[in-house]
Amino acid sequence: MFANLAERLQDTFKKMRGKGRLTEADVNEALREVRLALLEADVNFKVVKNFVARIKERAVGQELLSSLNPAQHVIKIVHDELTTLMGGSNSKINLAPKPPTVIMMVGLNGAGKTTTSAKLANLLRKQGRRPLLVAADVYRPAAIKQLQVLGEQLKIQVFAREEQQDPVAIGRAAVEKAAVGGFDIVIIDTAGRQEVNEELMAELEAMNSYLQPHEILLVVDAMTGQTAVNVAETFNRRLELDGVVLTKLDGDTRGGAALSVRSVTGKPIKFAGVGEKLDALEPFHPDRMAERILGMGDMLTLIEKAQENFDAGQMARMQKKIRSMEFTLDDFLEQISHVKKMGPLEQVLGMIPGLGGLKKLKDIQVDEKELVYVEAIIRSMTPDERQEPERVLNGSRKRRIARGSGTSVQEVNRLLKQFEQTKKMMRQLMDMEKSMKKGGKIPKMPFFN
Amino acid sequence: MGFFNRLKDSLAKTRQGFVEKIDTLVHRRKEIDEDVYEELEEILVQADVGVATAMELVENVRRIVKERRIEDAAGIKPVLKEQIRELLGTGNMTINVYWQSPTVVLVVGVNGVGKTTTIGKMAHLYKMDGKRVLLGAADTFRAAAIDQLEVWAERVNVDLIKHREGSDPAAVAYDSLQAAKARGADLLIIDTAGRLHTKSNLMEELKKIGRVLDRAMPGAPHEVLLVLDATTGQNAVNQAKLFGEAVGVTGIVLTKLDGSAKGGVVLGVKHALNIPVKLIGIGEGIDDLRPFDVEEFVEALFS
Ligand SMILES: Nc1nc2c(ncn2[C@@H]2O[C@H](COP(=O)(O)OP(=O)(O)O)[C@@H](O)[C@H]2O)c(=O)[nH]1
Ligand SMILES: [Mg+2]
Repeated sequence: MFANLAERLQDTFKKMRGKGRLTEADVNEALREVRLALLEADVNFKVVKNFVARIKERAVGQELLSSLNPAQHVIKIVHDELTTLMGGSNSKINLAPKPPTVIMMVGLNGAGKTTTSAKLANLLRKQGRRPLLVAADVYRPAAIKQLQVLGEQLKIQVFAREEQQDPVAIGRAAVEKAAVGGFDIVIIDTAGRQEVNEELMAELEAMNSYLQPHEILLVVDAMTGQTAVNVAETFNRRLELDGVVLTKLDGDTRGGAALSVRSVTGKPIKFAGVGEKLDALEPFHPDRMAERILGMGDMLTLIEKAQENFDAGQMARMQKKIRSMEFTLDDFLEQISHVKKMGPLEQVLGMIPGLGGLKKLKDIQVDEKELVYVEAIIRSMTPDERQEPERVLNGSRKRRIARGSGTSVQEVNRLLKQFEQTKKMMRQLMDMEKSMKKGGKIPKMPFFN
Repeated sequence: MGFFNRLKDSLAKTRQGFVEKIDTLVHRRKEIDEDVYEELEEILVQADVGVATAMELVENVRRIVKERRIEDAAGIKPVLKEQIRELLGTGNMTINVYWQSPTVVLVVGVNGVGKTTTIGKMAHLYKMDGKRVLLGAADTFRAAAIDQLEVWAERVNVDLIKHREGSDPAAVAYDSLQAAKARGADLLIIDTAGRLHTKSNLMEELKKIGRVLDRAMPGAPHEVLLVLDATTGQNAVNQAKLFGEAVGVTGIVLTKLDGSAKGGVVLGVKHALNIPVKLIGIGEGIDDLRPFDVEEFVEALFS
């Protein structure tokens, strides 16, 4: 598909380097690329149109900052504007002055409401609340059971009335139960519905007026295309939403729906779902989303996560080792334990811009389970084997290691190969980091000279 | 109500936005100018066709209009229609039936697109056609996914093979195939857990299911259906590509066409990967599955 916007803009501007001011022609040319990038990212067509018009207004005639080339300059404007449009960070839930706070989850079929309900309950409990989950999807087969299973996994109570077909009645009974049972949050999982289905939309309105939820969250699949606008508009018009949760952001979608939904509802995107596990719900970060939509990767997240898990001294020590090629299997072992803490590996790698394009990295199989074997294998090695595996490891030593770690010689060999690849990868990462630092003023855009 | 009418009816929403716009566009203008083409492209993009595919389609239309010396703007619509028909109407668009029973169908896709529901509806469709259908509950991951398929099996009155939640999906697939052979089933449909195409370990798991089936019955699965949600944007192309690489997708089921989404991304998928659409989902009910028929689809889209 299309190359990343940053690279494309860089190309566009090659021919017009060295001018002091952005002319209308320059800007038009750049905005054609921006428009394509946004459309390719599934931002709604009309939203793109308005957005591009606004950027043009801002950019034409602007004096170029000496520290930025024209491409960087346009990107900066686009990025700033996009971040602003996406709104500030706001992952607060409206709390009722008098508990329980009633939260209603709504959205299209298959958006991820049930899983998100459970994740939200989990998150709120971590913040010291006592949530009650309510199974009000009376249509989809086994939807109630699904929420019950999730509740069991989390040890969070689920309110269900199998015999009751009316979601309003279920909601009412649940709120009553919460009040007497000491629950301060009630999360209602509703059935998925298409926004053009009049009967089902009327049902949601009824729930809204009888249950008076303090917070209505629209759950939107991050992969949604142009129709995100109709969906968000209709749900917002009929229910007066309080916020949005974006799901399935752990995939490779650019997620333009975020911008569409945000700009037609004006409501904050509060959370993002980033995995199937029940703790994979994060506060939404507008700036990172802006970069993702523009195809610039989620560099910030990566840097933050890395910082969380490596302290500066460790980092410096590792870097020195990588640079001087002294990086050993012992260090590798240490790295693995850090990386494991950073979260699912695919997620971590996916956040590095341009990585999709690096063939070598694609060959490295990312499998969490495999890490267990890797650790076992390294732990079965002697210190000198860990220091200089290429030199000391012969067939009989490898067989001993395989036996000791409950693996096979092939697996030992594979690990050694992976280790070599990893060394290379880390050097590449370091190069990227270096060029980022050189970029100085705009560290979020690592790929500029 | 005949099939054609029902299809037209259910596609009403798809049609509305899309065709009304083309109609107003075409009727408003008499002469063909740049704006006409630009608006055509806009309409396609808004139907999730994807900007690259849209641009190419419009380029083709432009070329043909020139070749045929079409001068009236009203002549453009049939050309675009023809182009879309040509793009979508090639390849095998029916469900592959293997010469020897059972025909094995593996259903794959990302989370929440409608795999399980489609299988329920499909079982019904083939049961009505007099086929002996067996279901395999190989989504052992999602909470209560097995129960969900079981409800459908009861509804349709077909048998289902299941293991416990959390067990190996390849083992379920294997057992289902053995049971299908033993019971003389004509059609085995296997449900799988939703997975994002970017998760390599989960895609490996899918490959393993494919291998196990092939070993138990060379050539199986005979049909690998990728379920795509019509509300999905351009990511569907990546989905089709990576699922295709893992298990060789042979057809697409396009679901949720009863919403406002237009499902135009199937043009992009066909264009990039040449995978035909075979079935469409138009609701949550047992009858809401239809064979995909290009002629009718395009007609319904433009009528
Ligand atoms: N409106 C509508 N909903 C559908 C259609 N197909 C599936 N669904 C719904 O989409 C949701 C997810 O479906 P499910 O079969 O569980 O998806 P899976 O995770 O892929 O197995 C459920 O609420 C289904 O009822 C369709 O064609 N139209
Ligand atoms: Mg399912």
